[in-house]
Amino acid sequence: MSGIVAAPGTGEPRRHDAFGASGSGDTSGFGGLAEHPPVLHSTPRPFGDTNADTVYDTLERSFPQLADALERVVVDRGELTLHVRRDYLLAVAQSLRDDPGLRFELLSGVSGVDYPDDPTGRRLHAVYHLLSMTWRRRIRVEVAVADADPVVPSVMGVWPTADWHERETFDFFGIVFSGRDGLTRIMMPDDWVGHPQRKDYPLGGVPVDYKGAQVPAPDARRSYS
Amino acid sequence: MTTHASEKFTASATVGESAAGGVPGSGGVPGSGDDAPGNGGVPEYGDAYDAYEAGFTESASGRVYTVTGGDWEQVLGGGEDYNERLTVNMGPQHPSTHGVLRLVLEIEGETVIQTRVVIGYLHTGIEKSCEFRTWTQAVTFLTRADYLSPLFNETAYCLAVEKLLGVTEEIPERATVIRVLVMELQRIASHLVWLATGAMEIGATTGMIFGFREREKILDLLETITGLRMNHAYVRPGGLAQDLPDGIVRDIQDFLADMPKRIKEYHALLSGQPIWKGRMVDVNYIDAASCIALGVTGPVLRAAGLAWDLRKTMPYCGYETYEFDVPTSLDADSYARYLVRLDEMGESLKIVEQCLDRLKPGPVMIADKKIAWPAQLSIGTDGMGNSLDHIRKIMGTSMEALIHHFKLVTEGFRVPPGQVYTSVESPRGELSYHVVSDGGTRPYRVHVREPSFVNLQAAPAMTEGGQVADVIVGVASIDPVLGGVDR
Repeated sequence: MSGIVAAPGTGEPRRHDAFGASGSGDTSGFGGLAEHPPVLHSTPRPFGDTNADTVYDTLERSFPQLADALERVVVDRGELTLHVRRDYLLAVAQSLRDDPGLRFELLSGVSGVDYPDDPTGRRLHAVYHLLSMTWRRRIRVEVAVADADPVVPSVMGVWPTADWHERETFDFFGIVFSGRDGLTRIMMPDDWVGHPQRKDYPLGGVPVDYKGAQVPAPDARRSYS
Repeated sequence: MTTHASEKFTASATVGESAAGGVPGSGGVPGSGDDAPGNGGVPEYGDAYDAYEAGFTESASGRVYTVTGGDWEQVLGGGEDYNERLTVNMGPQHPSTHGVLRLVLEIEGETVIQTRVVIGYLHTGIEKSCEFRTWTQAVTFLTRADYLSPLFNETAYCLAVEKLLGVTEEIPERATVIRVLVMELQRIASHLVWLATGAMEIGATTGMIFGFREREKILDLLETITGLRMNHAYVRPGGLAQDLPDGIVRDIQDFLADMPKRIKEYHALLSGQPIWKGRMVDVNYIDAASCIALGVTGPVLRAAGLAWDLRKTMPYCGYETYEFDVPTSLDADSYARYLVRLDEMGESLKIVEQCLDRLKPGPVMIADKKIAWPAQLSIGTDGMGNSLDHIRKIMGTSMEALIHHFKLVTEGFRVPPGQVYTSVESPRGELSYHVVSDGGTRPYRVHVREPSFVNLQAAPAMTEGGQVADVIVGVASIDPVLGGVDR
């Protein structure tokens, strides 16, 4: 689980559909809609996943303050996500790369995700996808920051490939990566206002006339989620 | 310092163009009065150069300025910081930049001092658009990202959706085999475009004709299978849009019989050719450690000696059960990348052959009717659309099927909340999808880790310190597809 969206059955549903329909035969158009308030959860140890347990144990040995550094640890669908506090990101990254038992030598990518409903108030998440070619494992490191203070230390010193990835995440989400040069927009024009992949940034935003009818803007169309 | 130098050059170049006498730098006496009117405005020899101090004569039609050439050393100051550093803009509309790529080169003579890569000219917001469509519709966007390997995009994304749904094990065997089959055909097609455009960019036009000729055959095969030459939207969450058409196996076998001869032709035409080797051997070197630091994967990394191919090292789609080799080289130059790609075409042919042997009759879409896209597509005279038999069945005989069709097409299916990261080995390297679901009928976030985007970061490391002409070879040897870079 990403942790922000609740697992089915956790927490009180915030909103039910109009008819109380449930089960799979529903054709009311509401599809058993029930929104759950976001719940942040952590997977209890041991995770029951060999790779995830090995990575966690090795990282704990190589980085003793791990308990302070981590907010949460989530193992879902066989993938390990370490939710790291911003201040510890660089130290954890260095251990993940250099420890012989971990050796995450390739930073596969950095992506941003915007969770406006994050209960901690830190809606912007920078997600680092790491690959260990030595051990053939993948893990994910996630750092959450608030819109008012969107600063994350740059990992370019650990993985130089982060350069363009961080510029892209800055461009689309407005996460500011500190301690590096040349953090400029990479996809959008330099004078663009706003960060287009945030959830409150509309797609298009303009209704379109087509064959006499007006098609609403994509963000104004009916949504089932 | 650099900017200053180039500014000075710009100013002097303007003057030099209209110079009446002498080639700049030829050592002639500047402004000596041979061709100047001899007015007070002409700078004396040895004076500091000033473009605005042009001589002039008064004539009936007004004042006429005579701008004379200056000595090049005098123009540039001639001191210790004397250099001829130019800033040259290459692209974004340049035939040798593989699309709308812009390179800003600082050069001194023929030597490249600095390469800056500017991208974003083809950004179309594919990732954002996916958030406003159903899980299945997103395929139609993502197939347009890297337009030379659309089936890899589709498969990587569908693997992610299937992992989120938890149905990876329920994908029919036949669907997976056909996915591998079309991906490997497309890998050959993609490498052929690389060969064709790369060859054309360094002047080997016969190589261009050869590459596009065979690629057309593969596109014909893919068109017969999927209905479209490119941007297929053929792989769907849960399986495939439709089964293989009749007679396609024989067409593929014909292609398999023909293609090895063609690969020999490429070797005969290019591999030993002195000009080809002169342009590529020992050019644009980048070693394996630098590749990993810069995130470079795919043929560039394998040509640097590391046999990292996700099909072997972290298999998906059952690649661990296929017999094939991973071509590598230790030379880490453009020529090594060329040889690795040619060898990979041969390995892909092996895999396609094994796929044909494994094709057993069966479904190509998951059995779960809550996920399976209900359309039975067929190719008619006006392109691909719903098969009339299927329409007749759902309209006339089965209300449930009609309701399912309607619900799945308009609303789509729900995907349990969570996030996954799936990777496939595309022709350019590791293609990964980070897909987040909030439990709804549309993706919450789709992020593409595009190998073209990441590999292009290595362009400065490859080209700086080399010659201007090698920049073109270097960028071509990375094989970036700008549709994928910019998304």
